[in-house]
Amino acid sequence: MSIKIALAGNPNSGKTTLFNALTGSNQFIGNWPGVTVEKKEGKLKGYKDVKIMDLPGIYSLSPYSLEEVISRNYLLNEQTDCILNIVDGSNLERNLFLTAQLLELGIPVVVAVNMMDVVDKSGDVINIQELSTHLGCPVIPISALKGTGIQDAVKAALNAAEKLTIPSPLMKLSGKVEAALASIVSMIDAPSFIKRFYAVKIFERDSKFVETYKAPSGAEAIIASVEKEFDDDSESIITTDRYRAISKLIGSVLKKKKSVGLSISDKIDRVVTNRFLALPIFAVVIFIIYFVSVTTVGTWVTDWTNDGLFGDGWHLTGGEAYEAAVGDYEGEGAKVEAYLAAADKAGIDTAGISETLEAEEPNEEVVSGFIKEASAANLTAETEIKDEDGNVTETLPVSLADFETALAAEEPAPEEFGVWVPGISALAASGLGAIGTSEWLSGLVVDGIIAGVGAVIGFVPQMLVLFLFLAALEACGYMARIAFILDRIFRRFGLSGKSFIPMLVGTGCGIPGVMASRTIENEKERRMTVMITTFMPCGAKLPVIALISGAVFGGVWWVAPSAYFLGVFSVVISGLMLKKMRMFASDPSPFLMELPAYHVPTVENVLRSMWERGWSFIKKAGTLILISAILIWFLSSFGFTEGGFGMVEDLSQGLLANIGGAIAWIFAPLGFGTWDATVATITGLIAKENVVGTMGVLYGVAEVSENGEEVWATFASHFTLLSAYTFLVFNLYCPPCFAAMGAIKREMNNTKWFLFAIGYQILFAYLLALIIFQLGSLIGGGAFTVGSFFGFAALIFIIFMVARPKFRKPTQLRDVSQTV
Amino acid sequence: MQTLKDVKPGQKVKVVKLYGHGPMKKRIMDMGITVDSELFIRKVAPLGDPIEVNVRGYELSLRKSDIDIIEVEEVAG
Repeated sequence: MSIKIALAGNPNSGKTTLFNALTGSNQFIGNWPGVTVEKKEGKLKGYKDVKIMDLPGIYSLSPYSLEEVISRNYLLNEQTDCILNIVDGSNLERNLFLTAQLLELGIPVVVAVNMMDVVDKSGDVINIQELSTHLGCPVIPISALKGTGIQDAVKAALNAAEKLTIPSPLMKLSGKVEAALASIVSMIDAPSFIKRFYAVKIFERDSKFVETYKAPSGAEAIIASVEKEFDDDSESIITTDRYRAISKLIGSVLKKKKSVGLSISDKIDRVVTNRFLALPIFAVVIFIIYFVSVTTVGTWVTDWTNDGLFGDGWHLTGGEAYEAAVGDYEGEGAKVEAYLAAADKAGIDTAGISETLEAEEPNEEVVSGFIKEASAANLTAETEIKDEDGNVTETLPVSLADFETALAAEEPAPEEFGVWVPGISALAASGLGAIGTSEWLSGLVVDGIIAGVGAVIGFVPQMLVLFLFLAALEACGYMARIAFILDRIFRRFGLSGKSFIPMLVGTGCGIPGVMASRTIENEKERRMTVMITTFMPCGAKLPVIALISGAVFGGVWWVAPSAYFLGVFSVVISGLMLKKMRMFASDPSPFLMELPAYHVPTVENVLRSMWERGWSFIKKAGTLILISAILIWFLSSFGFTEGGFGMVEDLSQGLLANIGGAIAWIFAPLGFGTWDATVATITGLIAKENVVGTMGVLYGVAEVSENGEEVWATFASHFTLLSAYTFLVFNLYCPPCFAAMGAIKREMNNTKWFLFAIGYQILFAYLLALIIFQLGSLIGGGAFTVGSFFGFAALIFIIFMVARPKFRKPTQLRDVSQTV
Repeated sequence: MQTLKDVKPGQKVKVVKLYGHGPMKKRIMDMGITVDSELFIRKVAPLGDPIEVNVRGYELSLRKSDIDIIEVEEVAG
């Protein structure tokens, strides 16, 4: 017979640590259906048929929070054999509030009092025996971190499950409430072990419970009379009474050592959330995280994955020697050039030799002819050696002999230096070439599939570095302080103080940014953060900004800052609009956040959390990214030419160009309704920097550098100042690359929400670009057109959406004659 | 009537009554802020809101806009 144990407890009670210790690597992580709440299940280590369900961390079983409803539905409907309730021994009073509710469910309960090592150290004493007697269930002292007592807890849980020992707590509510509950119990028809739970829920008029179970007709009169007597609502009466009973119990089981001053955690907190030091300390912490995960380690590893592993290849050893050899080779090339230039000056014809040197096999007759002429003229030249900044450090003479040596120099091959590991696409390309695969198949594998997988994997290293930090921040307790410090700013936009981290990380890469939103507890704030994080211009958008600012604006200073300013503006405006929408309206619920005691995180937990998040990205987002990459590859490399349908030479003949031409009119009101701009926008969905590369291909330049300098002139001739800017605006704020969309899909865990997010981003970018273009044209002296009308309409619409009153959920509260 | 909103950091108070009903009140009470419980106002966040309160031996952060439903009275010490 298989046994199901549910692990329940407060957040920060060490539940995850215990779950990891119980299950080892036998974990299945997913989401509860349709919501963004994580679901973890595992198999008990060392037992065949014991499953452990890790319920979300909760403080109560009320019907008011998603996590609480998920937990109680699971406990009531899934035939749990035993609840293993983990409580934080150093915070016993509040933790037992949940325990008191779990004890009423008619399911065997074992209480594991965690952090006993901390309790012992502080000098407090918990009378476990006494606690067990009052709770009416086995109580086991453990330390999940040190690994003590865990096996005893497991044995107790299995024993309770087998014997089906329903808890019988001695802890009672006040006499009048107990009497009322007893009369309700006598009215209801249910299995005896669950009667008390039903009675309590009926007494509380629990909204989720009375939906499915109709309260007996006589109950309301009893409840009303108790409410009148206590001058409070029934729900609050139960809560107050429970805490009163727990306080009394604590008095008899917990011997507190006389407290001597502040604990270490309090001392840390006095500095870290200090009125004056909090923000500077926060800035330093964030700077370190950003610097390491985005600018240094993250970028190194990401570059290696993209250029090495999924590119040409990389050096295991001998990289420096290779670099040096390349430098020497370039020096020789400079000598040749200098010598030829000098020859040109001296009146020697260099056209012939220049041409033959470009060829793969230079014509030796031409070369020796040139050498003879140069020798006759006794020609020497000078070459300048420059340092990294382009300053001349020394000038070397180049004689004819030097020239000849330089000519003989061969370009160093990477594989001749140290250990060279070829990249996957280089390997695949040469492998497929060797076995004579057709061009399209090799294209599919190398440019479609491998490039697509590379796009998925390429971001993982950077994400892992970031997740490592986030896990550490969460585990040590600082993440809650970040929310505490920044709450005042972010709640105005319907966001959490913890939304700061996703957005900051989003300026490096949107994918880890979106994934980082998982640290936010509130589902609505989490969803909103996921939707608007990618408005922050990420690293891949920088080349696009450089292209526009360089080509059209002549490198004027304000283009790049304006992109960031508009990004922040989009986040703020979106927050203000979205929080008023029906789908983000929530029951008025207070912002309550526990600030857990600081403690040193364990390496295992931090690494595990990092890995779980990274892996869930690969698994859930990977498919979408891969399929999209293959689709775009197909559309851009196939098309109808004179010879019929087949592979085409370049992008401008592919199907994508046709599609671009067909839908270009959509962008006409934004000022860039041309097929090439449309195609660049579409390829930008694979990765934003592709916009630059695509422009290069479309404008007939084979290779473009990062900022696309080579196409600046052509680009400028295709755009006006205004249309170039709106092209930039649309490309920056429209849905990000497929990889980021995959991350959004993963985090939303709901197709409707995913489509809403993408739809919102398209609409917002479109309206923003429309407003800028149309109003810009008017200010620039254009006539008032239909377009201007729509520009104004869009502006008024956005202002209305920001300014309108908030949607209020009708409070579905029962009619209680409140005495307030 | 004095509510938790009026209390300065460093003060210790006792909860007299909680007003309102539904999720708002219930969630505050679930965290241990019930009638007769003692609260110690530890500090205010650097930007002036939220506040940090010690209740039943742990630290809880609350927004000022949420706490005017908590009536309190000062206790000595």
